[in-house]
Amino acid sequence: MRRIRPGVWLAALVLALLVLAAALPYLFTGQDPLTVDSGATLRPPSAEHLLGTDENGRDVFSRIVYGTRASLLLGFGAIAIALAAGGLLGVAAGLGNRFVENLIMRLSDVGLAFPELLLALVVITVAGGGTTNAVLAIGVANIPNYARVVRAQTLSIRRSTYVEAARALGLSGPRVVFRHVLPNAVKPVLILATIGVGTALVAGSALSFLGLGTPPPEPEWGSMLSTARAFISRAWWYGVFPGAAITLTVISVTVVGRALRLRSEGRTW
Amino acid sequence: MTALLKVEDLRVAFGGTAVVDGVGFEVRRGECLALVGESGSGKSVTARTLVGLTGDGAAVEAGELSFAGRDLRRMRERAWRRIRGGRIGFVLQDALVSLDPLRPVGREVAEVLAAHTGLSRAARTARVAELLAEVGVPEPELRARQLPHELSGGLRQRALIATAIAAEPELIIADEPTTALDVTIQAQVLDLLARIKSEDRSLLIISHDLAVVARLADRVAVMKDGRIVEQGPADRVLRAPEHAYTRALLAAIPAEHTKGTRLSGPAEAVRLARPEPGDVVVRVDGAGKSFRGPDGVARAAVRDVSFTLRAGETVGIVGESGSGKTTTARIALGLTEPDTGSVEVRGRAWAGLGRAEARTLRRDIQVVYQDPLASFDPRYTVDKVLAEALAVAGVPRERRRERSVELLELVGLDERHLRRRPLHLSGGQRQRVAIARALAPEPAVLVCDEPVSALDVSVQAQVLDLLDDVQRRTGVAYLFISHDLGVIYHACDRVLVMKDGQVVEQGPVERVFREPEHHYTRELIAAIPRLTTA
Repeated sequence: MRRIRPGVWLAALVLALLVLAAALPYLFTGQDPLTVDSGATLRPPSAEHLLGTDENGRDVFSRIVYGTRASLLLGFGAIAIALAAGGLLGVAAGLGNRFVENLIMRLSDVGLAFPELLLALVVITVAGGGTTNAVLAIGVANIPNYARVVRAQTLSIRRSTYVEAARALGLSGPRVVFRHVLPNAVKPVLILATIGVGTALVAGSALSFLGLGTPPPEPEWGSMLSTARAFISRAWWYGVFPGAAITLTVISVTVVGRALRLRSEGRTW
Repeated sequence: MTALLKVEDLRVAFGGTAVVDGVGFEVRRGECLALVGESGSGKSVTARTLVGLTGDGAAVEAGELSFAGRDLRRMRERAWRRIRGGRIGFVLQDALVSLDPLRPVGREVAEVLAAHTGLSRAARTARVAELLAEVGVPEPELRARQLPHELSGGLRQRALIATAIAAEPELIIADEPTTALDVTIQAQVLDLLARIKSEDRSLLIISHDLAVVARLADRVAVMKDGRIVEQGPADRVLRAPEHAYTRALLAAIPAEHTKGTRLSGPAEAVRLARPEPGDVVVRVDGAGKSFRGPDGVARAAVRDVSFTLRAGETVGIVGESGSGKTTTARIALGLTEPDTGSVEVRGRAWAGLGRAEARTLRRDIQVVYQDPLASFDPRYTVDKVLAEALAVAGVPRERRRERSVELLELVGLDERHLRRRPLHLSGGQRQRVAIARALAPEPAVLVCDEPVSALDVSVQAQVLDLLDDVQRRTGVAYLFISHDLGVIYHACDRVLVMKDGQVVEQGPVERVFREPEHHYTRELIAAIPRLTTA
């Protein structure tokens, strides 16, 4: 088979470790992420606390490890919702009659007129806080972006020769849509999605910061980052490491996403 | 006559791979040299090197590369800019993409004048009109203010030629100047180029089309794989070619005299008799279709078209762009519903069929497109392309692979191609896969919409031969659409000549071509660039 670049392997490895940490965090750390130690607040990285401690003396490393689950859920869950709903709505708008198209597109215009975070806040206000609702809120807030791009793709694909060729072959309408139009329309959006995972993760953190996402004291990278801002001059490790975790996740998703896309196009990795 | 341009032992390599290898030729003053070859032969790279536009990452070496006595090898970008457009004009293939879409064509011509002449603004405007008139653009003052997309293909190409001659260069390089044009427009542009060539102006024309070249060139150089295999006076090279490749190229051109013979491989002495036509498989009766234009006015794309197609028979539709060929094909395929008239495939009319019934009828009439790559889902491998077609045809899953291999073998490919993607196949192989897919449902009719127009002449010959083989073996009928009269003559039994949505003439291909009744048919035939070989 084709040679896979080492960078792609590394990114895939990071993602695998992240998923493992989300599922079984106790494999990575013996320390409890919630144990408060008022005698050891804001300690720099040491042998005992690998990445230091926070303002309540909790171990930053174990909080990062235990925070993986909520953070990944926010990033991937929200984008999965946005992609699925946005994809279907976009294809429907691209293929439907003028009424369907106008309905979907004007709704998405309304959505796009508000900042994502504001839209997410609306959903939270209606549905209530908590990690699950935060995922939902950010997902819904992202739908208009995806619907728009997918609709544009669908419009060009429905006029493409290969869709006509499939029709000429005698494929039924729904089969043409699900086999040829939908996968090809969503493909370019997947690139948008790999970047979206990162922004969704950060948006989720903002919600947590406002006390509307993951409720404290549950660990979550974004909320850690937010609280760390107040201590950045005294305890760099508190903010830098959760930030690095977010960055690493986003880079890994982007690299792996790109490799998968190239492979799906039959190009080299 | 002295050499204006002299090239000796030119080598151009990209990343260590030589694409032009040891090419040498000269263009004398007042002479036209044609560089002929198939895609990948290095002809366009050679042309671009002559104006210093080889591109980044190219390693250019030459024993000699001189223009009007100046060495071009060590020329700086500043000096190149004075030569390009000023002393060497460059005409590209597609005027639509070569002209700035947001700028009136007159401004495009004026820009060249501003760069290379000392004319004042007012003098430039006057000169633009003169130049456009010189290249045969009617109402030049009006046209100068129009955008490229507002002009027809022929006028656009003329405007592009006007930019190339604006600064009165001594040499004009034209890269496939007529490839994107209809045959009658092509004839006009060729006449224009012939007129431009004069005592002190030389022409270097790059083309894949030997017939086009025959009309213009004084001398011809044939390129293959980055080398010149043969060069000499046009008459000699085209009539008595010395190199086997030149001979093969000439033999591969479909035309009147090739009818009933094979184009690729060794020429067979015996003419193969056409199979006897069987039952009527397609009957189109008085079909008409109008489309609403952007101004809301309905225009007839096709008017009162009637014809029949019998099993084992090939009927051609010939006409220029916009003549309604493709709309007629889509009506026959049941993809476009005609406003008037009826279409029957194997005795069943498209009109009034339910969706499921229409899908079943589609198996009987299949299509092969001009651009095979665009007709495959970009995510699919050959394997999946064929499996999908076989699934639609009702072939059970466990039999599909076996049938796929059979189909590939029918079109001259094999099992190894199953796992490939169309993107990684050559143009000819892609078209073979497209034909295999179209044959999967065992159709009675294959609609071939310009199936060989995008292919090199040698590959075109193979695909035409393949279509002939398939017809002899399966008895499938072809509705064959082409703008190329040579291809139509070679491949068809009967022909429909279309103009402005109407069939102006139809009948057996020999009769229509030898004794055309309609003046438009005569005009078309007269416009074909011809090789008087064989």
